[in-house]
Amino acid sequence: MENSHNFIGRNLFDLDDWSADEIQAVLDATKVMKEVNQRDYKKLPILRGKTVCTLFFENSTRTLMSFELAADRLSADLVRFSANVSSLHKGESLQDTVYTVDAMGIDLYIIRHSYPGSPQLVHKYTGKPVLNAGDGPHAHPTQALLDMFSIWERTGTLKGLKVTIVGDVAHSRVVRSNLIGLKKMGANVTICGPKTLMPGYMQEVYGCKVEYDLKTALKNADAVMGLRMQLERQSDGLFPSLEEYTKLFTLSEETMRYAKKDALILHPGPMNRGVEILPGIADSDRSLILEQVTNGVAVRMALLFLILGGKL
Amino acid sequence: MILIKNGLIYEASNKADATGNFVKKDILINGNKIEKIAANIKEDCKIIDAEGKHVFPGFVDMHTHLRDPGQTYKEDIYSGTRAAAKGGWTTVCAMPNTDPVVDNISTVEYIKRKAKDIGACKVLVIGAMTKKLEGKEISEIGNMLQGGIVAVSDDGGCIQSTKIALNTMKYASNFNIPIIVHSEDYSLSGKGQINSGKMSTKLGLSGIPALAEELMISRDIMLAENVGCHLHIAHISTRKSIELVRQAKEKGLNITAEVTPHHLLLTEEECSSYDTNTKVKPPLRTEKDRQACLEGLLDGTIDFIATDHAPHSDFEKEKEFNLASYGINSLETAFAVLYTELVLNNKMDLSFLIDKISTKPSQFLNINCGLLEKGKAADIAIADLEAEILFTPENMVSKSNNTPYINKTLKGKIVTTICEGKVVFLG
Repeated sequence: MENSHNFIGRNLFDLDDWSADEIQAVLDATKVMKEVNQRDYKKLPILRGKTVCTLFFENSTRTLMSFELAADRLSADLVRFSANVSSLHKGESLQDTVYTVDAMGIDLYIIRHSYPGSPQLVHKYTGKPVLNAGDGPHAHPTQALLDMFSIWERTGTLKGLKVTIVGDVAHSRVVRSNLIGLKKMGANVTICGPKTLMPGYMQEVYGCKVEYDLKTALKNADAVMGLRMQLERQSDGLFPSLEEYTKLFTLSEETMRYAKKDALILHPGPMNRGVEILPGIADSDRSLILEQVTNGVAVRMALLFLILGGKL
Repeated sequence: MILIKNGLIYEASNKADATGNFVKKDILINGNKIEKIAANIKEDCKIIDAEGKHVFPGFVDMHTHLRDPGQTYKEDIYSGTRAAAKGGWTTVCAMPNTDPVVDNISTVEYIKRKAKDIGACKVLVIGAMTKKLEGKEISEIGNMLQGGIVAVSDDGGCIQSTKIALNTMKYASNFNIPIIVHSEDYSLSGKGQINSGKMSTKLGLSGIPALAEELMISRDIMLAENVGCHLHIAHISTRKSIELVRQAKEKGLNITAEVTPHHLLLTEEECSSYDTNTKVKPPLRTEKDRQACLEGLLDGTIDFIATDHAPHSDFEKEKEFNLASYGINSLETAFAVLYTELVLNNKMDLSFLIDKISTKPSQFLNINCGLLEKGKAADIAIADLEAEILFTPENMVSKSNNTPYINKTLKGKIVTTICEGKVVFLG
């Protein structure tokens, strides 16, 4: 595999800096990595001697595991810094933390932080490539890439597909990155949720369709993604009850009838079964939910490989 | 005595459109007053050659955060007044959100005394409307007035309870001083970081809606009408806010308003790279709002420009956007920024700008400044409009350098500032 586009040293803050060609190259590389992950011996020596650091300032299980496994499978050395954001309010600043860690000799950073723009700061302080593993409600580009890969692997193209994303758009970093990525790859995205959980200007900023009625939003969809709905939004005064939310916005066998017959089902996890998605849909044949997790490791391997410039 | 020779002197217009002139004359200063303005004055004294330069009445800032007492790592009276002098400002009004808050006569006296002892320009004091700016109990406005405050304000904060806002206005109206309000409904602004709009959606930052400002301005105009006091709207920033002030003025209410250089010139687009120097309250708004600010200033709805100079140290700005402090450092840059962006781009005459940063705020404060006339205070700023000026962290006189104009080159350099007849800045 040739590293034909110049990815070496690149940052992945969000997908807006990456062209459609580059995204396609990532998807292609992911396919190779996925094949590696299906072998008995799932390890490549290509990043031997490189040091990858995960900076996690927010709780995460699956994304952290996925990144760490990806680095391990490419034989990189891996160090982890995790801290609770609340300690940042009093203790060491992000700048000092990053300077300290960087003094140990890091080649690439993976950061998750509850505040938008933090990955840019890590790059500013270190000059090293930075992968954004989620910055507040802003962006989660590796999740979008694995979502796009999961659909593309099944359909062979993203061009012209109708993808509908349903739920708490306001608090979702997943939806923003997907909107940018899917649009670049030629898909048409419709987003749907209650008005109180829909940020302003979505159509102007992302060129997507905004619907407030689930059935209209699902009409003729090729792929449907549910977003996690959190109970705390109820106490924030954004919707009345999970029960009413479920009645209006859940992905069920009944509502999915409005989508295309074999429409694919995605969810970035963790799922609230019975709230945004019903078990009959989550566990159905067309559900990609576990496949997404599998693909996540491969996408992250592909990115580490491309950015750190290893050779296959 | 000081004689300023051959400068282009600002002559204010008597007309309402505020378009003055610049004429080549000399100014003779005697003590702290202007003694004479005429062509070819001859006097054996210190001479400042202002050939090719413009001579303005010293600028007057209604809205300055000097951070003294209590936050002197950001700024203090020494550095803040020198930053002012470098920017051509000869009078600044210190906002009360210091530590301790200016809600008592002794803090008023502390500021006045320190400014007199070590300040490079005049400092007027604005007292808090409520104790500790908590919006709960009325502060000792009468006592502070004896100490010499010129207005009251809870700036930085906003009294949320309508009842307390009403009573504070009523109480303050006894003393015939302006009541300056920072208009923000906290339940709507919440943890907002930037304007609620396209940019907040794109950046994933929580937004401060225009409505949070407009609702409070609307409330306070109604309260001021009910009480019959002079209400002054600080740092107005939205199209509808300006419309509200316009309507109030048409009704004949005693409402005035100020606008900052950054709300006249910058929009939410500036926040796109998470530059914390663009984080400010009220937030940088949309292009429509910015245009409305400019139109409001041009048509007189907005009375004058005020800097809202809000210095913050590097460690308060060099951090995650959500954790950075709100505020823009402005005293040093304001004139060059306004001259470069508004006068050179033909949005307004130079004399109009001078009216809005000197004459009008002086009239508002009823002080003997803001005009170059015999008997007026010898507060003068001399500018070389052709000269370029570059603001860098190294050459900022302020203790802080939190401005979006850092490392940018502008035109219109203040070369000499005279306050009360003394040269306080030489560039």
